Amino acid sequence: MKVEQISIFLENKPGGLTNVTRVLRDTKINIRALSLADTTDFGVLRLIVDDVAKAREVLKAQGMTVGRTTVVGVEVPDRPGGLYEILELLSRESINVEYMYAFVERSGENAVIIFRFDDTDRAIDILLRNGHAVLPGEKVHGL
Amino acid sequence: MIYNQEFETLPREVLEALQLSRLKQVVARVYHTVGFYRKAFDEAGVTPEDVNSLDDLSRLPFTCKQNLRDNYPFGLFTVPMSNIVRVHASSGTTGKPTVVGYTKRDIETWAELMARSYAAAGLTSNDIIHNAYGYGLFTGGLGAHYGAEKLGASVIPMSGGSTKKQIMLLQDFGPTAICCTPSYALYLAEAGAEMGVDMKSLRLRVGILGAEPWGERIRTEIEDKLNIVALDIYGLSEVMGPGVSMECAEGRNGLHVFEDHFIVEIIDPVTGEVLPYGETGEMVFTTITKEAFPLIRYRSKDISRLMPEICRCGRTFVRMERVMGRSDDMLIIRGVNVYPSQIESVLMSIEGLEPHYQLIVDREGSLDTLEVQIEISENVFSDEVRALQNLEKRITKDIKDILGVTSKVKLVEPKTLERFEGKAQRVIDKREL
Repeated sequence: MKVEQISIFLENKPGGLTNVTRVLRDTKINIRALSLADTTDFGVLRLIVDDVAKAREVLKAQGMTVGRTTVVGVEVPDRPGGLYEILELLSRESINVEYMYAFVERSGENAVIIFRFDDTDRAIDILLRNGHAVLPGEKVHGL
Repeated sequence: MIYNQEFETLPREVLEALQLSRLKQVVARVYHTVGFYRKAFDEAGVTPEDVNSLDDLSRLPFTCKQNLRDNYPFGLFTVPMSNIVRVHASSGTTGKPTVVGYTKRDIETWAELMARSYAAAGLTSNDIIHNAYGYGLFTGGLGAHYGAEKLGASVIPMSGGSTKKQIMLLQDFGPTAICCTPSYALYLAEAGAEMGVDMKSLRLRVGILGAEPWGERIRTEIEDKLNIVALDIYGLSEVMGPGVSMECAEGRNGLHVFEDHFIVEIIDPVTGEVLPYGETGEMVFTTITKEAFPLIRYRSKDISRLMPEICRCGRTFVRMERVMGRSDDMLIIRGVNVYPSQIESVLMSIEGLEPHYQLIVDREGSLDTLEVQIEISENVFSDEVRALQNLEKRITKDIKDILGVTSKVKLVEPKTLERFEGKAQRVIDKREL
Protein backbone atom coordinates (compact mmCIF):
# COMPACT_ATOMS: atom_id res chain seq x y z
CA MET A 1 0.00 0.00 0.00
CA LYS A 2 3.00 2.24 -0.06
CA VAL A 3 4.09 4.67 -2.71
CA GLU A 4 7.70 5.43 -3.51
CA GLN A 5 8.52 9.07 -3.90
CA ILE A 6 11.81 10.49 -5.04
CA SER A 7 13.07 13.84 -3.87
CA ILE A 8 15.69 16.06 -5.43
CA PHE A 9 17.71 18.89 -3.92
CA LEU A 10 17.57 22.06 -6.00
CA GLU A 11 19.27 25.35 -5.41
CA ASN A 12 17.16 28.42 -6.06
CA LYS A 13 18.63 29.32 -9.40
CA PRO A 14 17.38 29.38 -12.95
CA GLY A 15 17.36 26.10 -14.85
CA GLY A 16 17.19 23.64 -11.97
CA LEU A 17 13.67 22.38 -12.62
CA THR A 18 14.19 22.52 -16.36
CA ASN A 19 17.18 20.27 -16.01
CA VAL A 20 15.29 17.64 -14.00
CA THR A 21 12.33 17.58 -16.36
CA ARG A 22 14.59 17.40 -19.41
CA VAL A 23 16.41 14.36 -18.03
CA LEU A 24 13.07 12.67 -17.37
CA ARG A 25 11.79 13.51 -20.84
CA ASP A 26 14.94 12.18 -22.47
CA THR A 27 14.53 8.86 -20.68
CA LYS A 28 10.76 8.74 -21.22
CA ILE A 29 9.86 8.78 -17.57
CA ASN A 30 6.43 10.16 -16.82
CA ILE A 31 5.72 12.40 -13.84
CA ARG A 32 2.49 11.44 -12.07
CA ALA A 33 2.50 14.06 -9.36
CA LEU A 34 4.85 16.57 -7.88
CA SER A 35 5.29 19.15 -5.21
CA LEU A 36 8.03 21.67 -4.60
CA ALA A 37 8.89 22.87 -1.12
CA ASP A 38 11.15 25.85 -1.07
CA THR A 39 13.08 28.20 1.17
CA THR A 40 14.93 31.33 0.14
CA ASP A 41 18.02 29.34 -0.80
CA PHE A 42 16.94 25.91 -1.89
CA GLY A 43 14.01 23.73 -2.75
CA VAL A 44 13.13 20.08 -2.44
CA LEU A 45 11.33 18.69 -5.46
CA ARG A 46 9.21 15.61 -4.70
CA LEU A 47 8.09 13.42 -7.55
CA ILE A 48 5.91 10.41 -8.10
CA VAL A 49 6.99 8.80 -11.35
CA ASP A 50 6.11 5.66 -13.29
CA ASP A 51 9.61 4.16 -13.05
CA VAL A 52 11.22 4.98 -9.71
CA ALA A 53 14.41 2.96 -10.08
CA LYS A 54 15.19 4.33 -13.52
CA ALA A 55 14.38 7.89 -12.52
CA ARG A 56 16.78 7.68 -9.59
CA GLU A 57 19.47 6.20 -11.74
CA VAL A 58 19.31 8.80 -14.50
CA LEU A 59 19.03 11.75 -12.12
CA LYS A 60 21.95 10.53 -10.02
CA ALA A 61 23.97 10.04 -13.18
CA GLN A 62 23.51 13.79 -13.70
CA GLY A 63 25.13 14.39 -10.33
CA MET A 64 21.92 15.28 -8.53
CA THR A 65 21.23 14.40 -4.92
CA VAL A 66 18.24 12.08 -5.02
CA GLY A 67 16.42 10.78 -1.97
CA ARG A 68 13.77 8.12 -1.71
CA THR A 69 10.84 8.20 0.69
CA THR A 70 7.81 6.10 1.35
CA VAL A 71 4.55 8.02 1.15
CA VAL A 72 0.89 7.05 1.10
CA GLY A 73 -1.69 7.79 -1.60
CA VAL A 74 -5.28 8.13 -0.44
CA GLU A 75 -8.31 8.59 -2.62
CA VAL A 76 -10.47 11.34 -1.29
CA PRO A 77 -14.12 11.79 -2.31
CA ASP A 78 -14.50 14.93 -4.38
CA ARG A 79 -17.05 16.63 -2.13
CA PRO A 80 -17.04 19.12 0.79
CA GLY A 81 -15.60 17.55 3.92
CA GLY A 82 -13.80 14.74 2.09
CA LEU A 83 -10.33 15.73 3.25
CA TYR A 84 -11.52 16.87 6.66
CA GLU A 85 -12.73 13.37 7.56
CA ILE A 86 -9.33 11.91 6.89
CA LEU A 87 -7.37 14.58 8.71
CA GLU A 88 -9.70 14.54 11.66
CA LEU A 89 -9.25 10.79 11.98
CA LEU A 90 -5.46 11.04 11.80
CA SER A 91 -5.34 13.86 14.28
CA ARG A 92 -7.47 11.88 16.71
CA GLU A 93 -4.97 9.04 16.41
CA SER A 94 -2.02 11.43 16.89
CA ILE A 95 -0.55 10.74 13.48
CA ASN A 96 1.54 13.66 12.28
CA VAL A 97 1.41 14.74 8.64
CA GLU A 98 4.87 15.95 7.64
CA TYR A 99 3.54 17.27 4.32
CA MET A 100 0.94 16.49 1.70
CA TYR A 101 -0.01 17.37 -1.82
CA ALA A 102 -2.97 16.61 -4.03
CA PHE A 103 -3.73 15.82 -7.62
CA VAL A 104 -6.80 14.71 -9.52
CA GLU A 105 -7.28 11.28 -11.01
CA ARG A 106 -7.49 10.93 -14.75
CA SER A 107 -11.19 10.18 -14.64
CA GLY A 108 -11.61 13.40 -12.68
CA GLU A 109 -13.98 11.92 -10.11
CA ASN A 110 -11.73 11.68 -7.10
CA ALA A 111 -8.80 13.60 -5.74
CA VAL A 112 -5.69 11.71 -4.67
CA ILE A 113 -3.71 13.04 -1.75
CA ILE A 114 -0.11 12.03 -1.22
CA PHE A 115 0.75 12.01 2.48
CA ARG A 116 4.10 11.83 4.21
CA PHE A 117 3.48 10.57 7.75
CA ASP A 118 5.80 10.28 10.70
CA ASP A 119 4.53 6.71 11.19
CA THR A 120 3.61 5.34 7.79
CA ASP A 121 2.63 1.80 8.80
CA ARG A 122 0.32 2.86 11.59
CA ALA A 123 -1.26 5.53 9.40
CA ILE A 124 -2.06 3.00 6.67
CA ASP A 125 -3.51 0.64 9.23
CA ILE A 126 -5.78 3.31 10.71
CA LEU A 127 -6.93 4.55 7.32
CA LEU A 128 -7.80 1.06 6.14
CA ARG A 129 -9.59 0.13 9.32
CA ASN A 130 -11.77 3.20 8.91
CA GLY A 131 -12.68 2.34 5.36
CA HIS A 132 -10.58 4.88 3.50
CA ALA A 133 -9.26 4.12 0.03
CA VAL A 134 -5.52 3.74 0.43
CA LEU A 135 -4.22 3.21 -3.08
CA PRO A 136 -1.77 0.43 -3.90
CA GLY A 137 1.62 1.66 -4.96
CA GLU A 138 1.41 0.33 -8.49
CA LYS A 139 -1.89 2.11 -8.97
CA VAL A 140 -0.44 5.48 -7.98
CA HIS A 141 2.71 5.03 -10.06
CA GLY A 142 0.61 4.05 -13.04
CA LEU A 143 -2.32 6.40 -12.57
CA MET B 1 58.40 4.28 26.04
CA ILE B 2 60.82 7.12 26.71
CA TYR B 3 64.16 7.13 24.90
CA ASN B 4 65.94 9.75 26.96
CA GLN B 5 64.40 9.38 30.39
CA GLU B 6 66.55 12.11 31.92
CA PHE B 7 65.84 14.93 29.50
CA GLU B 8 62.31 14.04 28.43
CA THR B 9 61.00 14.08 31.99
CA LEU B 10 62.91 17.03 33.45
CA PRO B 11 60.90 18.96 36.04
CA ARG B 12 59.63 22.15 34.39
CA GLU B 13 61.79 24.49 36.44
CA VAL B 14 64.93 22.52 35.63
CA LEU B 15 63.94 22.37 31.96
CA GLU B 16 63.33 26.10 31.87
CA ALA B 17 66.66 26.83 33.52
CA LEU B 18 68.33 24.66 30.89
CA GLN B 19 66.44 26.42 28.12
CA LEU B 20 67.51 29.83 29.43
CA SER B 21 71.17 28.95 29.63
CA ARG B 22 71.11 27.45 26.13
CA LEU B 23 69.12 30.40 24.80
CA LYS B 24 71.66 32.91 26.14
CA GLN B 25 74.49 31.03 24.47
CA VAL B 26 72.81 30.78 21.10
CA VAL B 27 71.70 34.41 21.11
CA ALA B 28 75.25 35.56 21.86
CA ARG B 29 76.64 33.26 19.19
CA VAL B 30 74.33 34.40 16.37
CA TYR B 31 74.81 38.04 17.31
CA HIS B 32 78.56 37.75 17.07
CA THR B 33 78.80 35.51 14.00
CA VAL B 34 75.91 36.34 11.66
CA GLY B 35 75.58 39.81 10.16
CA PHE B 36 71.87 39.37 9.63
CA TYR B 37 71.16 38.80 13.33
CA ARG B 38 73.45 41.58 14.50
CA LYS B 39 71.67 44.03 12.23
CA ALA B 40 68.19 42.76 13.23
CA PHE B 41 69.01 42.95 16.96
CA ASP B 42 70.52 46.41 16.59
CA GLU B 43 67.45 47.66 14.75
CA ALA B 44 65.21 46.23 17.47
CA GLY B 45 67.42 47.89 20.10
CA VAL B 46 68.29 44.66 21.92
CA THR B 47 71.58 43.01 22.74
CA PRO B 48 72.33 39.44 23.88
CA GLU B 49 72.81 40.85 27.41
CA ASP B 50 69.12 41.79 27.48
CA VAL B 51 68.10 38.12 27.56
CA ASN B 52 67.94 37.29 31.25
CA SER B 53 64.75 35.25 31.39
CA LEU B 54 62.70 33.15 28.99
CA ASP B 55 60.19 36.00 28.83
CA ASP B 56 62.91 38.22 27.38
CA LEU B 57 62.81 36.05 24.28
CA SER B 58 59.80 38.08 23.14
CA ARG B 59 62.02 41.17 22.90
CA LEU B 60 64.01 39.60 20.09
CA PRO B 61 63.03 40.14 16.46
CA PHE B 62 61.38 37.41 14.39
CA THR B 63 63.12 35.55 11.61
CA CYS B 64 61.02 34.62 8.61
CA LYS B 65 61.34 32.63 5.44
CA GLN B 66 62.17 35.71 3.40
CA ASN B 67 65.24 36.33 5.59
CA LEU B 68 66.42 32.83 4.71
CA ARG B 69 65.89 33.49 1.01
CA ASP B 70 67.72 36.81 1.23
CA ASN B 71 70.74 35.00 2.64
CA TYR B 72 70.66 32.15 0.14
CA PRO B 73 72.37 29.75 0.18
CA PHE B 74 74.68 29.70 3.22
CA GLY B 75 74.52 33.24 4.61
CA LEU B 76 72.94 32.33 7.96
CA PHE B 77 75.36 29.51 8.83
CA THR B 78 77.34 30.25 11.97
CA VAL B 79 80.18 27.83 11.27
CA PRO B 80 82.60 27.58 8.35
CA MET B 81 81.68 25.12 5.57
CA SER B 82 84.49 22.84 6.75
CA ASN B 83 82.36 22.10 9.83
CA ILE B 84 79.18 21.45 7.83
CA VAL B 85 78.67 17.75 7.16
CA ARG B 86 75.36 17.95 5.33
CA VAL B 87 72.90 20.36 3.71
CA HIS B 88 69.20 19.93 2.99
CA ALA B 89 66.85 22.20 1.12
CA SER B 90 63.11 22.73 1.12
CA SER B 91 61.25 22.47 -2.14
CA GLY B 92 60.15 26.11 -2.11
CA THR B 93 57.12 26.55 -4.35
CA THR B 94 58.53 29.77 -5.80
CA GLY B 95 62.08 30.70 -6.63
CA LYS B 96 65.12 29.48 -4.76
CA PRO B 97 64.87 26.78 -2.11
CA THR B 98 65.56 27.35 1.57
CA VAL B 99 68.90 25.80 2.47
CA VAL B 100 69.79 24.39 5.87
CA GLY B 101 73.10 23.03 7.15
CA TYR B 102 74.16 20.61 9.88
CA THR B 103 77.36 19.97 11.79
CA LYS B 104 78.26 16.47 12.91
CA ARG B 105 76.76 17.18 16.30
CA ASP B 106 73.56 18.58 14.71
CA ILE B 107 73.11 15.31 12.83
CA GLU B 108 73.57 13.41 16.10
CA THR B 109 71.04 15.61 17.88
CA TRP B 110 68.56 15.15 15.06
CA ALA B 111 69.06 11.37 15.10
CA GLU B 112 68.38 11.35 18.82
CA LEU B 113 65.18 13.38 18.40
CA MET B 114 63.97 10.95 15.75
CA ALA B 115 64.93 8.01 18.00
CA ARG B 116 62.89 9.65 20.77
CA SER B 117 60.00 9.97 18.32
CA TYR B 118 60.11 6.27 17.45
CA ALA B 119 60.25 5.34 21.12
CA ALA B 120 57.24 7.60 21.77
CA ALA B 121 55.44 5.52 19.14
CA GLY B 122 56.36 2.35 21.03
CA LEU B 123 59.18 1.20 18.75
CA THR B 124 62.41 -0.45 19.92
CA SER B 125 65.57 -1.91 18.43
CA ASN B 126 63.52 -5.04 17.63
CA ASP B 127 61.41 -3.19 15.08
CA ILE B 128 61.81 -3.08 11.31
CA ILE B 129 61.09 0.41 9.97
CA HIS B 130 59.97 0.89 6.37
CA ASN B 131 60.99 4.43 5.50
CA ALA B 132 58.96 5.75 2.59
CA TYR B 133 59.85 9.41 3.06
CA GLY B 134 61.79 10.72 0.09
CA TYR B 135 65.59 10.54 0.37
CA GLY B 136 67.45 13.54 -0.97
CA LEU B 137 67.32 17.26 -0.34
CA PHE B 138 64.05 16.76 1.59
CA THR B 139 64.78 16.24 5.28
CA GLY B 140 62.20 13.46 5.72
CA GLY B 141 64.09 10.49 4.29
CA LEU B 142 67.51 10.90 5.90
CA GLY B 143 66.07 12.30 9.12
CA ALA B 144 63.86 9.27 9.66
CA HIS B 145 66.69 6.98 8.54
CA TYR B 146 69.34 8.21 10.97
CA GLY B 147 66.88 8.13 13.85
CA ALA B 148 65.93 4.53 13.13
CA GLU B 149 69.59 3.51 13.11
CA LYS B 150 70.18 5.45 16.32
CA LEU B 151 67.36 3.49 17.92
CA GLY B 152 68.99 0.31 16.68
CA ALA B 153 66.00 -0.72 14.59
CA SER B 154 66.37 -2.25 11.12
CA VAL B 155 65.73 0.33 8.40
CA ILE B 156 64.36 -0.33 4.96
CA PRO B 157 65.46 2.80 3.04
CA MET B 158 62.62 2.57 0.56
CA SER B 159 62.16 6.30 -0.22
CA GLY B 160 59.04 7.45 -2.10
CA GLY B 161 57.39 6.12 -5.26
CA SER B 162 57.40 2.60 -6.80
CA THR B 163 54.18 1.79 -4.99
CA LYS B 164 53.98 -1.82 -6.22
CA LYS B 165 57.47 -2.52 -5.01
CA GLN B 166 56.65 -0.90 -1.67
CA ILE B 167 53.70 -3.24 -1.27
CA MET B 168 55.83 -6.23 -2.18
CA LEU B 169 58.46 -5.32 0.43
CA LEU B 170 55.78 -4.62 3.03
CA GLN B 171 54.68 -8.23 2.53
CA ASP B 172 58.09 -9.86 2.14
CA PHE B 173 60.30 -7.95 4.64
CA GLY B 174 57.61 -7.73 7.28
CA PRO B 175 58.32 -4.23 8.60
CA THR B 176 56.51 -3.42 11.83
CA ALA B 177 56.46 0.36 11.30
CA ILE B 178 56.14 2.70 8.36
CA CYS B 179 57.24 6.33 7.92
CA CYS B 180 55.49 8.31 5.20
CA THR B 181 52.93 11.05 4.64
CA PRO B 182 49.36 10.29 5.75
CA SER B 183 48.12 10.60 2.19
CA TYR B 184 50.70 8.10 0.98
CA ALA B 185 49.71 5.67 3.74
CA LEU B 186 46.14 5.83 2.46
CA TYR B 187 47.31 5.46 -1.10
CA LEU B 188 49.35 2.37 -0.19
CA ALA B 189 46.32 0.87 1.54
CA GLU B 190 44.15 1.41 -1.51
CA ALA B 191 46.75 0.34 -4.05
CA GLY B 192 47.46 -2.82 -2.03
CA ALA B 193 43.76 -3.66 -1.84
CA GLU B 194 43.50 -3.22 -5.61
CA MET B 195 46.39 -5.64 -6.06
CA GLY B 196 44.47 -8.16 -3.99
CA VAL B 197 46.76 -7.85 -0.95
CA ASP B 198 45.17 -8.08 2.47
CA MET B 199 46.71 -4.89 3.84
CA LYS B 200 45.29 -5.54 7.29
CA SER B 201 47.26 -8.71 7.82
CA LEU B 202 50.72 -7.22 7.21
CA ARG B 203 53.06 -7.16 10.21
CA LEU B 204 52.81 -3.35 10.30
CA ARG B 205 51.58 -2.07 13.63
CA VAL B 206 52.65 1.57 13.75
CA GLY B 207 52.66 4.48 11.28
CA ILE B 208 54.79 7.57 11.94
CA LEU B 209 53.08 9.98 9.63
CA GLY B 210 53.75 13.62 8.93
CA ALA B 211 54.96 16.32 6.54
CA GLU B 212 51.40 17.40 5.73
CA PRO B 213 48.29 18.41 7.67
CA TRP B 214 45.79 15.68 8.48
CA GLY B 215 42.92 15.09 10.88
CA GLU B 216 41.17 12.50 13.01
CA ARG B 217 39.00 11.25 10.17
CA ILE B 218 42.03 10.42 8.02
CA ARG B 219 43.69 8.85 11.05
CA THR B 220 40.73 6.54 11.63
CA GLU B 221 40.69 5.59 7.96
CA ILE B 222 44.41 4.78 7.89
CA GLU B 223 44.24 2.83 11.15
CA ASP B 224 41.29 0.88 9.86
CA LYS B 225 42.65 0.11 6.39
CA LEU B 226 46.17 -0.85 7.52
CA ASN B 227 45.30 -2.15 10.98
CA ILE B 228 47.97 0.06 12.59
CA VAL B 229 48.28 2.79 15.18
CA ALA B 230 48.86 6.04 13.26
CA LEU B 231 50.78 8.79 15.03
CA ASP B 232 51.58 12.34 14.00
CA ILE B 233 55.13 13.64 13.70
CA TYR B 234 55.97 17.28 13.08
CA GLY B 235 59.00 19.11 11.88
CA LEU B 236 60.14 21.73 9.44
CA SER B 237 63.40 21.67 7.62
CA GLU B 238 64.38 25.20 8.69
CA VAL B 239 64.20 24.20 12.36
CA MET B 240 65.66 20.68 11.99
CA GLY B 241 63.45 18.38 9.93
CA PRO B 242 61.07 15.74 11.27
CA GLY B 243 61.37 15.22 15.01
CA VAL B 244 60.68 18.73 16.28
CA SER B 245 57.65 17.26 17.99
CA MET B 246 56.00 13.86 18.18
CA GLU B 247 52.71 12.46 19.35
CA CYS B 248 53.07 9.75 22.00
CA ALA B 249 51.23 6.43 21.75
CA GLU B 250 50.04 6.75 25.34
CA GLY B 251 48.39 10.15 25.02
CA ARG B 252 47.50 10.36 21.33
CA ASN B 253 46.51 13.93 21.96
CA GLY B 254 48.98 16.51 20.78
CA LEU B 255 52.66 16.36 19.90
CA HIS B 256 55.40 16.77 22.51
CA VAL B 257 57.80 19.52 21.46
CA PHE B 258 61.36 18.49 22.32
CA GLU B 259 61.84 21.55 24.46
CA ASP B 260 65.38 20.82 25.57
CA HIS B 261 66.32 21.66 21.96
CA PHE B 262 63.61 24.06 20.81
CA ILE B 263 61.62 26.83 22.45
CA VAL B 264 58.15 27.18 21.01
CA GLU B 265 55.94 30.26 21.28
CA ILE B 266 52.45 30.97 19.96
CA ILE B 267 51.89 34.41 18.53
CA ASP B 268 49.06 36.38 17.00
CA PRO B 269 50.09 36.28 13.34
CA VAL B 270 48.90 39.84 12.75
CA THR B 271 50.22 41.71 15.78
CA GLY B 272 53.15 39.43 16.58
CA GLU B 273 52.10 39.46 20.22
CA VAL B 274 52.88 36.33 22.26
CA LEU B 275 49.72 34.46 23.25
CA PRO B 276 49.25 32.45 26.43
CA TYR B 277 49.02 28.64 26.53
CA GLY B 278 45.79 27.33 25.09
CA GLU B 279 45.27 30.07 22.53
CA THR B 280 45.39 29.40 18.83
CA GLY B 281 48.02 31.16 16.78
CA GLU B 282 51.20 30.81 14.75
CA MET B 283 54.03 28.70 16.14
CA VAL B 284 57.41 30.38 16.46
CA PHE B 285 60.52 28.27 17.06
CA THR B 286 63.91 29.11 18.50
CA THR B 287 66.57 26.42 18.23
CA ILE B 288 68.77 26.36 21.33
CA THR B 289 71.28 23.59 20.56
CA LYS B 290 71.80 23.74 16.81
CA GLU B 291 75.36 24.63 15.81
CA ALA B 292 75.38 25.16 12.05
CA PHE B 293 72.13 26.96 11.49
CA PRO B 294 70.49 28.28 14.64
CA LEU B 295 67.24 30.14 14.23
CA ILE B 296 65.92 32.81 16.53
CA ARG B 297 62.12 33.16 16.71
CA TYR B 298 61.45 31.57 13.36
CA ARG B 299 57.90 32.10 12.15
CA SER B 300 56.68 28.68 11.05
CA LYS B 301 53.38 29.99 9.60
CA ASP B 302 51.85 26.81 11.05
CA ILE B 303 48.82 27.34 13.23
CA SER B 304 48.43 25.40 16.44
CA ARG B 305 47.80 25.67 20.16
CA LEU B 306 49.96 24.65 23.11
CA MET B 307 48.73 22.36 25.87
CA PRO B 308 50.80 22.60 29.07
CA GLU B 309 48.93 19.87 30.97
CA ILE B 310 51.16 16.97 31.99
CA CYS B 311 50.70 14.01 29.68
CA ARG B 312 50.06 10.50 30.94
CA CYS B 313 53.21 9.31 29.15
CA GLY B 314 55.33 11.13 31.75
CA ARG B 315 57.05 13.56 29.40
CA THR B 316 57.16 17.07 30.81
CA PHE B 317 57.39 18.69 27.38
CA VAL B 318 54.50 20.89 26.30
CA ARG B 319 52.26 19.45 23.63
CA MET B 320 51.18 21.22 20.45
CA GLU B 321 47.86 20.38 18.91
CA ARG B 322 48.10 18.91 15.42
CA VAL B 323 48.67 21.72 12.92
CA MET B 324 45.36 23.34 12.02
CA GLY B 325 46.43 25.35 9.03
CA ARG B 326 48.72 28.06 7.74
CA SER B 327 48.71 31.62 9.00
CA ASP B 328 48.68 32.79 5.37
CA ASP B 329 45.18 31.34 5.11
CA MET B 330 43.88 33.20 8.15
CA LEU B 331 40.76 35.32 7.78
CA ILE B 332 39.79 38.09 10.14
CA ILE B 333 36.01 38.22 10.36
CA ARG B 334 34.60 40.93 12.61
CA GLY B 335 37.87 40.89 14.52
CA VAL B 336 37.90 37.13 15.05
CA ASN B 337 40.79 35.13 13.62
CA VAL B 338 39.37 32.24 11.60
CA TYR B 339 41.27 29.48 9.83
CA PRO B 340 39.47 27.64 7.04
CA SER B 341 40.75 24.36 8.49
CA GLN B 342 38.88 25.06 11.74
CA ILE B 343 35.66 25.35 9.80
CA GLU B 344 36.52 22.19 7.93
CA SER B 345 36.94 20.29 11.16
CA VAL B 346 33.54 21.52 12.36
CA LEU B 347 31.97 20.32 9.11
CA MET B 348 33.78 17.01 9.25
CA SER B 349 32.53 16.36 12.76
CA ILE B 350 28.99 16.20 11.37
CA GLU B 351 28.07 12.71 10.26
CA GLY B 352 27.50 12.36 6.52
CA LEU B 353 28.85 15.71 5.34
CA GLU B 354 31.40 15.66 2.54
CA PRO B 355 34.49 17.88 2.66
CA HIS B 356 33.35 19.97 -0.28
CA TYR B 357 32.86 23.49 0.95
CA GLN B 358 33.69 27.08 0.18
CA LEU B 359 33.85 30.17 2.34
CA ILE B 360 32.57 33.46 0.97
CA VAL B 361 33.63 36.50 2.94
CA ASP B 362 31.93 39.77 2.13
CA ARG B 363 31.01 43.03 3.78
CA GLU B 364 27.55 44.49 4.29
CA GLY B 365 27.89 48.10 5.34
CA SER B 366 30.70 47.99 7.86
CA LEU B 367 30.04 44.41 8.94
CA ASP B 368 31.90 41.36 7.66
CA THR B 369 29.78 38.42 6.60
CA LEU B 370 30.78 34.80 6.29
CA GLU B 371 28.86 32.41 4.13
CA VAL B 372 29.72 28.72 4.30
CA GLN B 373 28.62 26.84 1.21
CA ILE B 374 28.50 23.07 1.53
CA GLU B 375 27.59 20.57 -1.09
CA ILE B 376 24.66 18.41 -0.07
CA SER B 377 25.32 14.68 -0.02
CA GLU B 378 22.84 11.85 -0.08
CA ASN B 379 23.71 10.94 3.49
CA VAL B 380 22.34 14.20 4.85
CA PHE B 381 19.67 14.92 2.26
CA SER B 382 16.05 14.71 3.33
CA ASP B 383 12.74 15.14 1.57
CA GLU B 384 11.73 17.37 4.46
CA VAL B 385 12.74 20.99 4.19
CA ARG B 386 12.72 21.29 7.96
CA ALA B 387 15.39 18.63 8.35
CA LEU B 388 17.64 20.46 5.89
CA GLN B 389 17.07 23.76 7.64
CA ASN B 390 17.90 22.11 10.95
CA LEU B 391 21.14 20.88 9.45
CA GLU B 392 22.01 24.42 8.36
CA LYS B 393 21.16 25.74 11.81
CA ARG B 394 23.25 23.08 13.50
CA ILE B 395 26.29 23.92 11.40
CA THR B 396 25.85 27.64 12.09
CA LYS B 397 25.60 26.91 15.80
CA ASP B 398 28.64 24.60 15.86
CA ILE B 399 30.73 27.21 14.03
CA LYS B 400 29.55 29.90 16.45
CA ASP B 401 30.24 27.71 19.51
CA ILE B 402 33.69 26.64 18.41
CA LEU B 403 35.01 29.66 16.49
CA GLY B 404 32.92 32.45 17.96
CA VAL B 405 31.90 33.77 14.58
CA THR B 406 28.44 34.02 13.07
CA SER B 407 28.02 32.50 9.66
CA LYS B 408 25.31 31.85 7.15
CA VAL B 409 25.28 28.26 6.00
CA LYS B 410 24.05 27.50 2.53
CA LEU B 411 23.55 24.02 1.14
CA VAL B 412 24.37 23.77 -2.55
CA GLU B 413 23.97 21.09 -5.19
CA PRO B 414 26.66 18.44 -5.49
CA LYS B 415 29.62 19.07 -7.76
CA THR B 416 28.85 22.78 -8.04
CA LEU B 417 31.86 23.93 -6.04
CA GLU B 418 35.17 23.99 -7.83
CA ARG B 419 37.34 20.91 -7.39
CA PHE B 420 40.98 21.46 -6.60
CA GLU B 421 44.03 19.52 -7.55
CA GLY B 422 46.37 19.55 -4.60
CA LYS B 423 46.10 22.64 -2.49
CA ALA B 424 42.51 23.73 -2.11
CA GLN B 425 41.51 27.35 -2.52
CA ARG B 426 38.54 27.41 -0.21
CA VAL B 427 38.11 31.09 0.39
CA ILE B 428 36.57 33.79 -1.76
CA ASP B 429 37.13 37.15 -0.11
CA LYS B 430 34.95 39.79 -1.74
CA ARG B 431 35.78 42.52 0.76
CA GLU B 432 37.52 45.60 -0.47
CA LEU B 433 39.85 46.28 2.42
